[in-house]
Amino acid sequence: MRFEFTLNDARTSIDCDEKRTLLEVLREDLGLTGTKYGCGEGDCRACTVLVDGEAVPSCQTRIPDVVGRRIRTIEGLAKGSELHPVQKAFIEADAMQCGYCVPGMVLSAVALLEKDPAPGDDAIVDAMDGNICRCCGYGNILRAVRIAAGRRESARKEETR
Amino acid sequence: MTLDRRPEPGLRVVETQPRVGRAGDCSLEPERYELDERPAYRFELERREFIAILGAGLVVSVRGAPLSAQDRRRGGGDGSPVSERIHVGADGVITVLTGKVEVGQGSRTQITAAAAEELGVAPDAIRLVMADTELTPDDGGTSGSRTTPSTVPQVRRACAAARRMLLDAAAEQWKVERDSLSIRDGHVVGPSPEHKLALGVLVMSAFGERNDREVEPGTSVRGVEEWKVLGTSVPRAGAREIVTGAHRYPSDIRRPTGTLFGAVLRPPTFGARLESIDLAPAKAIDGVVAVHDGEFVGFAAPTSALARRAAAAVASNARWIEESTHSSSDALWDLLRETAERRSGGGGADGPRGGRGRGSTERGSVEDGLAASKSVLRAEYRIAYIQHAPMEPRAACAEWNGDGLTVWTGTQNPDRVRSQVAEAFRTSARNVRVIVPDTGGGFGGKHTGEVAIEAARLARAAGKPVSLTWTREEEFSWAYFRPAGLIELAGGVDGEGRLVAWEHTNINSGGSAVATPYDVPNVRARSINARSPLRQGSYRALASTANVFARECFLDELAAQAGVDPLAFRRMHLSDARLRAVLERAAERFGFERRRKELEGSKTRGAGIACGTEKASFVATCAEVEVDRERGTFRVVDICAAFECGAVQNPANLRAQVEGCIVQGLGGALREEIRFSGGKVRNASFARYRVPRFRDLPPIDIVLVDRRDLPSVGAGETPIVGIAPAIANALFAATGEATRSLPIHTAGFRAG
Repeated sequence: MRFEFTLNDARTSIDCDEKRTLLEVLREDLGLTGTKYGCGEGDCRACTVLVDGEAVPSCQTRIPDVVGRRIRTIEGLAKGSELHPVQKAFIEADAMQCGYCVPGMVLSAVALLEKDPAPGDDAIVDAMDGNICRCCGYGNILRAVRIAAGRRESARKEETR
Repeated sequence: MTLDRRPEPGLRVVETQPRVGRAGDCSLEPERYELDERPAYRFELERREFIAILGAGLVVSVRGAPLSAQDRRRGGGDGSPVSERIHVGADGVITVLTGKVEVGQGSRTQITAAAAEELGVAPDAIRLVMADTELTPDDGGTSGSRTTPSTVPQVRRACAAARRMLLDAAAEQWKVERDSLSIRDGHVVGPSPEHKLALGVLVMSAFGERNDREVEPGTSVRGVEEWKVLGTSVPRAGAREIVTGAHRYPSDIRRPTGTLFGAVLRPPTFGARLESIDLAPAKAIDGVVAVHDGEFVGFAAPTSALARRAAAAVASNARWIEESTHSSSDALWDLLRETAERRSGGGGADGPRGGRGRGSTERGSVEDGLAASKSVLRAEYRIAYIQHAPMEPRAACAEWNGDGLTVWTGTQNPDRVRSQVAEAFRTSARNVRVIVPDTGGGFGGKHTGEVAIEAARLARAAGKPVSLTWTREEEFSWAYFRPAGLIELAGGVDGEGRLVAWEHTNINSGGSAVATPYDVPNVRARSINARSPLRQGSYRALASTANVFARECFLDELAAQAGVDPLAFRRMHLSDARLRAVLERAAERFGFERRRKELEGSKTRGAGIACGTEKASFVATCAEVEVDRERGTFRVVDICAAFECGAVQNPANLRAQVEGCIVQGLGGALREEIRFSGGKVRNASFARYRVPRFRDLPPIDIVLVDRRDLPSVGAGETPIVGIAPAIANALFAATGEATRSLPIHTAGFRAG
């Protein structure tokens, strides 16, 4: 079957089985491997993408469900070579170790900040709690989101003593 | 970096390195359960045609540091094959080579910084090629915190030598002093403007088409006081590729010729053997390649959904011979107790492979010491199996070209995987190239090559490249586990509150840190084998997550029995200055003594402390917990850790490692536990196996103790060992209930 949607601002048409997930289609058919497989069950959010601005697990999203909708993946976040502020904040805060969870983390943060440009820590934790980082770099990720939310001061860490 | 891009002709620097052996570099104290069997044969393959790949230029090789006692014991070092460390090409590109992998611990950044330091160039002027068996030296596995003490010094020596060679060549051309020259923006530059020569031009004129140079023994590197790059928080290499999704992890590798996706049919229960299967229903699906070879049944198809559908189509007709009895997580403790090889276990932390664990010790007489003690305490600790659960499951992409095979896979041991793959296909390792793109997590869990072999088998049948990624359920069920263990402790204290006897027996989980760092006259520490019902292997910091936990909890019980404060009790028995120093720093920063006073008599809050040393680094951890007596739960209020690993090479990355260890350790401390029965893992998902999440993150205060007078050692493991006992001891302080298990729970409390 043929399905049409907007992917990173481009009209996209794909011919595939209706049971397939958005995650698989992105990774296997469209070559967009920035969206990661972590569990396939919606438990880890490594596969997070934005559908009409909402952060959703693409492994739990069937292709027919995104027809006519606007999808943004990690590849579509930067404007040319200009990184999105959240991406810059992740680099500034060193908010990555292996980095495999980072695309999902960044997109969850983008969805949060588009709704609430100045979230407190509780709002950040609520919004990001579904995203697992097994390197357990939550501290730096939290600092990155604070930076992206304009709270650079509270994001500062004490230096080595 | 594009995997296929190769540097142009130029100069290369090679290192002759003692062969550390596949096992030798894995860890300081290999556990008996380390899945690192040596290959049955070791052929002297001819040295690879390095130049053919990297192009002409200067290649500098290094003869490595003296073998460690561990390496000698394991038989490494009989040959000293040349290991090329640096190539400077005709295009001026500086390529540094290492067999180590990047799994998030920051080795790419660190090795690049080390090379930049010695070459006197900016880190971004260096291209670091990691873990490509066709190009990089066999640096052993990436484990045991060995990159910093073993690989970094070799890279530094090679780079220091290469710099001298380049500057000497230019100095000779210009008839000036070497010390007046430097390397800048791809050029050697000298005292006056006409002294400027592109590296590539210099290399070709001074060293010709091909020139291998060996680093002279005793080549010195920059002292800590001269460091410009090391010692600073060099930004993480590849960060931009990570945040844009451009970096290709092993599971992201696709080949230009078109890539199929794989799925594997797993047995219904552990140990089940395939009796028969009819592949016809799978083969009937358009586009599916079905393989049945021995015990392996797998499928490749244009989409992973189709491959999984093929597996499902044959699952019902597969006949399996299943084992009649299975152990379970509930029956585990009796099984370990009954099968413990007590008589054979004196020093055998290494078990069947015949090595010796560092930990096993005996001094004085434990029996006499216990008999002379005023009070004696005995306890048994239960340590659950846990999984590493890296965010990226095992993944590989395999491509055949005639008899030649290339596999991109996530492993911490590319050279071992190369021989495993070669053995599986009964071919020479020469025909197999293993490339490890920077990978999505390891934690000691990715030492083996199953997924590489599976992808290669499917690719062989399909005649096309195949990408295979294990599902999360497969990762939870079929990857090896951190061993479960029973730990028996006995201790005796005299009338002055001094430890006089200490006996520590680890059943099944391994020998790391069984030896106590405390001053006790009569000690017996040992690690003994038992029958593990699950497939087990290494984990971050090996068995010390279990042994330090048991020891530090037991110590608090003994202190309480002797009526001594836990910190004071540790001070009484600790003469190791470095361990003592981190203990004092953590206690001071956390306000341990103040909090103990404030919380004395509190029925809801308590503070705990624990310390340990592994891999020549030192950690002390403090935690406060608060209990909810109505609900029978506890939560961690805050954590403080002090860590020392010699001279700090990258403060930001070190801090990230310490924090990552603490939070990962929180998982094992509070909730992680593999539940199994009937030959199946019963909680094989992130929904049922609870790893730490954002909301579990307590305030964490980290003190990095920078000992610039001491050599740098690794830091990715040791900081994990203190967190669980610190929490258990805080819970003990709050409730009087001692913890005897990991994850932590007492009669009345478990993590909320």
